[in-house]
Amino acid sequence: MSGTQSKIQNPKSKIEWVRRFPNASGLVVLTLVLILIPLNIQNNYILTILIFVAQFTMLTIGLSLLMGYAGQISLGQATFFGIGAFTTAILSATFGLSPWLALVSGVVLAAGVAYLVGLLIFRLRGHYLAMATLGMNIILFLVLTQEVEWTGGPSGFRGVPDLTLGTLTLTSDTHYFYVFWFFTLIVIALSLNIVNSRVGRAMRALHTSEIAAETVGIDTNAYKLKVFALSAAYGGLAGGLHATYLGFISPSTFGISVSIELVVMAVVGGLASVWGGLFGAGIVMLIEQYLRSAIKVIIPNASGEQEIIAFGLILMLIMIFIPEGLFSGLVNAAKRRYAKGIVSTAAQEG
Amino acid sequence: MPANVSNEAILLEANHLFKSFGGILAVNDVDLAIQTGQITALIGPNGAGKTTLFNLISGTHSLDQGEIVFEDRRISGLTPHQIAALGVVRTFQNLQIFGNMTVLENVMVGCHLQGRIGFITAALRWPGVAAEEARLNDLAMEHLSMVGLARHANHLAASLPYGQQRLVEIARALAVKPKLLLLDEPAAGLTRVETEALDELICRIRDSGITVFLVEHDMNLVMGIADQIIVLHYGQKIAEGTPARVQSNPAVIQAYLGADWHQPNSTSTEGLIQNRAAKLQNPEQQDA
Repeated sequence: MSGTQSKIQNPKSKIEWVRRFPNASGLVVLTLVLILIPLNIQNNYILTILIFVAQFTMLTIGLSLLMGYAGQISLGQATFFGIGAFTTAILSATFGLSPWLALVSGVVLAAGVAYLVGLLIFRLRGHYLAMATLGMNIILFLVLTQEVEWTGGPSGFRGVPDLTLGTLTLTSDTHYFYVFWFFTLIVIALSLNIVNSRVGRAMRALHTSEIAAETVGIDTNAYKLKVFALSAAYGGLAGGLHATYLGFISPSTFGISVSIELVVMAVVGGLASVWGGLFGAGIVMLIEQYLRSAIKVIIPNASGEQEIIAFGLILMLIMIFIPEGLFSGLVNAAKRRYAKGIVSTAAQEG
Repeated sequence: MPANVSNEAILLEANHLFKSFGGILAVNDVDLAIQTGQITALIGPNGAGKTTLFNLISGTHSLDQGEIVFEDRRISGLTPHQIAALGVVRTFQNLQIFGNMTVLENVMVGCHLQGRIGFITAALRWPGVAAEEARLNDLAMEHLSMVGLARHANHLAASLPYGQQRLVEIARALAVKPKLLLLDEPAAGLTRVETEALDELICRIRDSGITVFLVEHDMNLVMGIADQIIVLHYGQKIAEGTPARVQSNPAVIQAYLGADWHQPNSTSTEGLIQNRAAKLQNPEQQDA
């Protein structure tokens, strides 16, 4: 309505378009690269790793919105990952619901649980909030291991049916690669839109000063609840896809250690950045894979423990030297270099 | 004078406010009435309870007793964002600007209530999102022009000097479209030149139709611009009225100069010192 009017009146409508779709170029490039990858890589191991990168990207972006933008700590993000996975699994395998419907139910249930839990825990702040979310994760873990009848208990849940597209049943890694990244791109696009809007500003405002945000009329509690529910929805989506991809899920995938790993990914990529979520998930997965083989060379009889030590060391180094995270760190470094280049060419010309 | 003022002219009224912190009565049975369209100043020595009173009005602290009525509507018990939405907006003595955002973004956050875009519409870039952003952007720029910060719009708020950060906060508060603007020690930490500009800005805000209620520690600053003054001392209201009346009120002079102050007397050294102090406090009254 008013959009067409302003287009006619505004000679800078091209610039307006770019402003309306910031980060669009990044998304287009990423989409093209992603389309090309399975066409050139047939190695299932690599595809699986990339599928997990997509899965962790969805989870990490949710956490970035919650922690980096809105400033609310969650050490229990795997809870929603688990709710999404088990809801999808139980509804599709036990009750014979269509896997897509089961997936949607998982997303809705994860968001709903987050909203209800949020009503209780957002009275808390800082460390207390972190502890409460940790507690939430422990409760989920106990439910998953104890309710054997429903969840299969500690030995896990088998036989989650594959997703279907029309008559095609999605079975291969290439299929799932496209499914996972399709949803990941949607998550990235929605999140970029949110952070570059009135909502994103309100979130950053309440992060910096809750009291100042309140005094300009922002309902900070409602915002916290909604961001929490949104991050949970992303987690539920990742969980549901995870269940259909592997066909087998077990409670240990949704424990505290995964929640902590998600925080690591978010921090490494850069908390207050949507692209940082993608970056963090990718880098951490890469480092993990590398460490797994590298440590065996250095210490032949190494178990998982040494890997974690090296991992912690890398995390500390990043926190000390690039506290804004790798993504923002690299962008800033590039900007500085670029600015220097301009200055030096200008000096030469002058 | 306040006793027989017609009700229509009163924008905010507070009755029998009490607030204590761990046994200390910070606000002790305070009544007050803010007249529409005026600049009312709240003064008093350090620890008099001025900021606490502001926190009570803006909903930051809850009342122990009493009630606050704004435009015939009880606002005590509401949350700060609800009170802001009704048109009571405050600034802070200790700046609360969003340092990691630009000056423009700070003020655009202030325009929050003028926007409608929520999570879903924002996520999907609904048609109208861009138009609203442009509208909020323009609104924010208007407020920045009003306080004279338009050319710093794209600077990081934290990078501005202290005095200008105060103006960012005022612009952000104006962006909320207040009917009553509460300014908590707006001149604290400002230079003389900045303070004079601030006086002028506060008068312009009043002339634009916004009622101003400000806390100020510095009496001289307030005397020039306030229409009404309320004096708080140890949590109690000890005087109110026009600047001239308040200045000559013995209780006020005593509160500012100390408890053992008595009538000026020029026969002792102590008396002379007190005369001098009284002159500094209110230059026109010294002939008494």
